[in-house]
Amino acid sequence: MADVRAAAEDVFRAESGRILAALIRICGSFDRAEEAMQEAFASALASWQVKGLPRNPAAWIMAAAHRKLIDAARRERTRRDRQDSLAYETPAAAFPLTDIEEDRMTFPDDRLRLIFTCCHPALNMEAQVALTLRTLGGLSTPEIAKAFLLPEATLAQRLVRAKRKIQEARIPYEVPPVDRLPERLSAVQAVVYLIFNEGYAASSGTELVRADLCAEAIRLGRVLCELMPGDGGNRGLLALMLLHHSRRDARSVNGELVTLEEQDRGVWDREAIAEGLALVETALRAGPAGPYQIQAAIAALHARAGRPEETDWPQIAALYEILLEMTPSAVIALNHAAAVAMSGRVEEGLHRIEELGNRGGLEGYYLFHAARADLLRRLHRHREAAAAYGQAIALATNPIEVKYLERRLHELQAG
Amino acid sequence: MRYMLLVYSTESPDGLDAEEDARIRAGHGQVIEEAARKGVLEGAEPLAPTRTATTVRVEGGKALVIDGPFAETKEHLAGYYIIDCENLDEAIEWAAMIPTACKGSEGCIEIRPLLLARPYTAGGNG
Repeated sequence: MADVRAAAEDVFRAESGRILAALIRICGSFDRAEEAMQEAFASALASWQVKGLPRNPAAWIMAAAHRKLIDAARRERTRRDRQDSLAYETPAAAFPLTDIEEDRMTFPDDRLRLIFTCCHPALNMEAQVALTLRTLGGLSTPEIAKAFLLPEATLAQRLVRAKRKIQEARIPYEVPPVDRLPERLSAVQAVVYLIFNEGYAASSGTELVRADLCAEAIRLGRVLCELMPGDGGNRGLLALMLLHHSRRDARSVNGELVTLEEQDRGVWDREAIAEGLALVETALRAGPAGPYQIQAAIAALHARAGRPEETDWPQIAALYEILLEMTPSAVIALNHAAAVAMSGRVEEGLHRIEELGNRGGLEGYYLFHAARADLLRRLHRHREAAAAYGQAIALATNPIEVKYLERRLHELQAG
Repeated sequence: MRYMLLVYSTESPDGLDAEEDARIRAGHGQVIEEAARKGVLEGAEPLAPTRTATTVRVEGGKALVIDGPFAETKEHLAGYYIIDCENLDEAIEWAAMIPTACKGSEGCIEIRPLLLARPYTAGGNG
C-alpha cells in the first residue's frame, strides 16, 4: 500500500506539470484543469491500490483527468444552455475518448505553452514566480508559501489573481511567434533564475541557502533545456545554476558564511560540476553567448580550480568585462573590479571600486562596502578596512552574512 | 474578445507643432486603416483636451458637478480604440503601434477587456 502511494507521489512530482499543461490546453482553464488532475490522482490512488500500478501511470492519470473534465463540462452544459465564461473551452467532442487505451496513450507535451503563459509579462513578477512553481514545479501552495516565507493566504491570493487575469484578459495559451520568442524566452529564464537566487541568496531567514528552491529552479532549467534544446541561453542558465549549487555544502559551516576562497573544495558536488562544465561547453558552442553563458563560463573557471590560487582570475576579469558590455550594471562592475584585484592588480581593482562609489548608487549595497573592505585589508590599510566593514555590517540583512563580516572585522582588529 | 485601448498622453500647454501633429495623425491613420482592413476595428476616437472635461458625482441623490477630469494625473485620457481580437498578445501588438503623444508628449496605452463579451465561438485559442 505504502509502495503504491509512494509511486503515485513520484508520478505526481515528475509528471504533474506535463499532465496539467495538456489539460489546460484541452479545457482552457487553469482551475478546471487543476481540479480534474487532483481528482484523477485521488482515483489513481484508490484504483492502483487494488489493481496495482498501470504500465504507463502518467497516461492513466491523464485519461482519468480528461474524463473528469468532460463529465464536468457536461454537467455545466446541462445547467446552462449557453455560457460565455466557457468561451476558452474547446468542445469536448473534439477529443473522442473511445480512442484512448490508457496503457498506450501518449499525449503531446504542452509544457512550453504553460511556461510562456505563466511567465507572461502582463502578469507581475511575483505572480509569474508563484504560478510557475505551482503549475510546472508541482509544488503545493503551502510549500511555495514556506519557501518564500509568506503567509499561505497571501500566496493563495496571488495565484487566484494571476489565474483570473489569464482568463479574463485572455492571455493566450501558446508559444510566442518567432519574432517575439527571444524577449519572451528571456522573461522565462529570468523567472527561473529569480527562483534560484531566492533559494541561493536567501535574503531573509536564518538559512543561507534554501536548497528546495534551488533544486526546483534547476528542475525547471532542465525542462527548458529539454523543450528548447537548441537554445544556448537555456543551457547556460542550467549550467550556471548547477555550478553555483555544487558549492552549497561548502558555503556555510556551523551557521557561518565561508567565502569561495576559504571553502573546502572537497565537499563541492562533483557530479553537479561535471554536468555543469559539460553544459557550458555546448552552451558556448550554440551560438553567440548571452549573459547566462558568460556567467556560467565564470562559474566554470571557479569550479575548475582545485585550489583558490589556481583560479584563472585574468580570464574571469575578461569575462566580466564582456558581461559588463552586455548588461551594464553597478553590481557587475563591482564584480569586475574585484576580479581585476584578484588577478594581481589589487590597486587597480580598488581604484575601480572607488570610482564606482563616486558615481553613486552603491552606498546602500552591503557587498560594495564588503568588497572595498576586503581590498583595503589586502593592501594592509587596516583602519580604512575596518570602517568599510562597519558600513557593510550596518547594511547586511542576512544574519549569516553579518556574522561573517563581524568575524573579518575582529580578525582585523586583533591582528 | 473585445479590448478597449485607452490612449494616455501628457498634455503640454503649448500643444504640438504642426509637423509633429501631422506625424501623429498619420500614425493613428495607419493603425486605423490596418485594423479596419483586418476587420478588427470597432471604433477609435480622439477626445477633446481635459480643459473641456466635466465630472459628475451623484451624492445623496444630488448630482455634484465638478469642473475637470476624474483624476488630476500627469497623463490624461486622450482617446480610445476598440478592437476585437483573439487574445491579449494581439491587443498588445496593436497597442504598440498606436502613437501616444497626441496631446504633447509620449504617454502609454492601457488595455482593458470589454466585459460584455460577444458570444464567442470556440476554437480561436489554439
